[in-house]
Amino acid sequence: MPVEMDAQVLEVLGQSVPDGAVEPVAAIDMPTAYVDRAHLVAVCQTLRDHPSLQFSFLVEITAADYHPAEPRYEVVYHLACLGEAMGDSGGDAPPQRRLRLKVRVPSEESPWVPSLTPLWLASNWLEREVFDLFGIAFSGHPDLRRILTPDDWVGHPLRKDYPAQVRKDAAAWSPMQLTAEEFAANVRASQVTSAHAARPRVEGRDESPAGRSED
Amino acid sequence: MSEMRTETMTVNMGPQHPSTHGVLRLVLELDGETVVNAEPTVGYLHTGIEKTIEQKKWQQAIPLVERMDYLGAQSNSLSFCLSVEKLLGVEMPDRVTYIRVLIAELQRLNSHLVWLATHAMEIGAVSVMMYAFREREQLLNLNEMIAGFRLFPSYIRVGGLREDLPRGYSKAVKAFLDKMPAALDNYELMLTKNQVWLKRTKGVGRLSKADTLALGLVGPMGRAVGINYDVRKAWPYLKYETFDFTVPTRTAGDVFARYEVKLLEMRQSVNICQQALTRISPTGAYDCGDYRVVPPPKDRVYTEMEALIQHFLIYSEGFTVPKGEAYVPVEGPRGEHGFYVVSDGGNRPVRVKPRAPSFLACQALPHMIRGGLIADVIAVIGSTDVVMGDVDR
Repeated sequence: MPVEMDAQVLEVLGQSVPDGAVEPVAAIDMPTAYVDRAHLVAVCQTLRDHPSLQFSFLVEITAADYHPAEPRYEVVYHLACLGEAMGDSGGDAPPQRRLRLKVRVPSEESPWVPSLTPLWLASNWLEREVFDLFGIAFSGHPDLRRILTPDDWVGHPLRKDYPAQVRKDAAAWSPMQLTAEEFAANVRASQVTSAHAARPRVEGRDESPAGRSED
Repeated sequence: MSEMRTETMTVNMGPQHPSTHGVLRLVLELDGETVVNAEPTVGYLHTGIEKTIEQKKWQQAIPLVERMDYLGAQSNSLSFCLSVEKLLGVEMPDRVTYIRVLIAELQRLNSHLVWLATHAMEIGAVSVMMYAFREREQLLNLNEMIAGFRLFPSYIRVGGLREDLPRGYSKAVKAFLDKMPAALDNYELMLTKNQVWLKRTKGVGRLSKADTLALGLVGPMGRAVGINYDVRKAWPYLKYETFDFTVPTRTAGDVFARYEVKLLEMRQSVNICQQALTRISPTGAYDCGDYRVVPPPKDRVYTEMEALIQHFLIYSEGFTVPKGEAYVPVEGPRGEHGFYVVSDGGNRPVRVKPRAPSFLACQALPHMIRGGLIADVIAVIGSTDVVMGDVDR
């Protein structure tokens, strides 16, 4: 049974973004809509801040690769309004709702979507993960680096044209500090040093320092 | 007299540090004992499970998803199955639902016990660790009964359960549940009024309500700061609306509040388990009975041609899932948990992505430890209950 977008949500969104920016589609689990990437931040800002919507909980950001279909990628945002659970509305909170927004991203040299970091702190790492694994850039992100794979990794593993099994040595690594021989030599050296260090103390006990013997 | 020259010091904590719960690495910038800044570095446990699942058939994903959040294994398989079953459109008999509730709540107890044990030990209450692991051992024995595997039973399957509950299982669960309230009293006796414990946890790692929500922290972390959100109440699944339980909340938002919320939650879980246990009939269905998804019973496989063919198809080709996408949230041990699954109508998933509460908790660490003492860093990491398998996947 398909779930439709709430008319109220669509109406509020229609006031803040131009027609065609939000395109509801049928889904089986929660209201879903495609959003034009040029209007994504405005849509999310309205959803979060409008008093009758209050989608203040960013549940998840992820992406999917539909290679070789075009547009190739979809970036998926799950939002939720927790309603009364926030406990500071005094009984007139909007109803609990969930929403899925999807952004179509065509296959281009460097696919991109706008970053939601100005709206939610949580989106920082979530967007870094999508960037790392799909190579989709988030324009306006303050710190867009790889997060799960090493910094010098080549390619984006969750793209469908990336092989499932690759055998690859890390390009940058620091060697273990010692070889086995060096380790053994060090142990011998430290034994010698500690033996030397122990001797003066033993000798020191015999020759009691001047002044103390008088006490 | 010349002015004293000071500068901050950068200290690397982890990835091989026993108190960082796996392989979390924190680069701390210190001014004496005070943490000026912190940067978590993750990815040391990245094994590409999401990529691997895309090569597997739907049912084969179960052991893999259980290995993501390895302390809440059956919470993972439960939420994955619920999402796939949403796409399949299959309905579960009540008996399966209640067995799943029982398993999910035992898993929550299991995860919270490991959290309590390690968290208390890191702060210095070593004996709590011994007691909590004693109870956890009994939970692992229960897992061994249902599947022969203690940590990742893969017992919850798409379309139902792997097999029926073994003989003597409900008796064993009952024996465990009867002991549990006294065990919880015992932990509280050791910690809740312990002056050392209070000094180490009260007012430490505080996070405001607005920041908590902006960082996407729900579950015990959110409830410790007054966000009264529990998926079991807000978007009930597995008929949780018919169970009688409360959602404990606190408002302080510090390490102690998280401890209190989790301990109260364990009492509620024991309560829910007892209710579920009385509802599970001794015999009955253990899967949805839809033979497109689950194999027919063995007596029919051995006697009927159609059943034999279906059995063979399910174990060789697997089943297909209708085209579409689904995300069904559940209340995992660490907060809202769920799998976003995408199917193209085939027998292998196109995309499987869990919502990882630990990933978000890791991201929030600097917000909680900045300005605090270096000794409190350990207390804060423990209170967030991060599981690196869930962070890096």
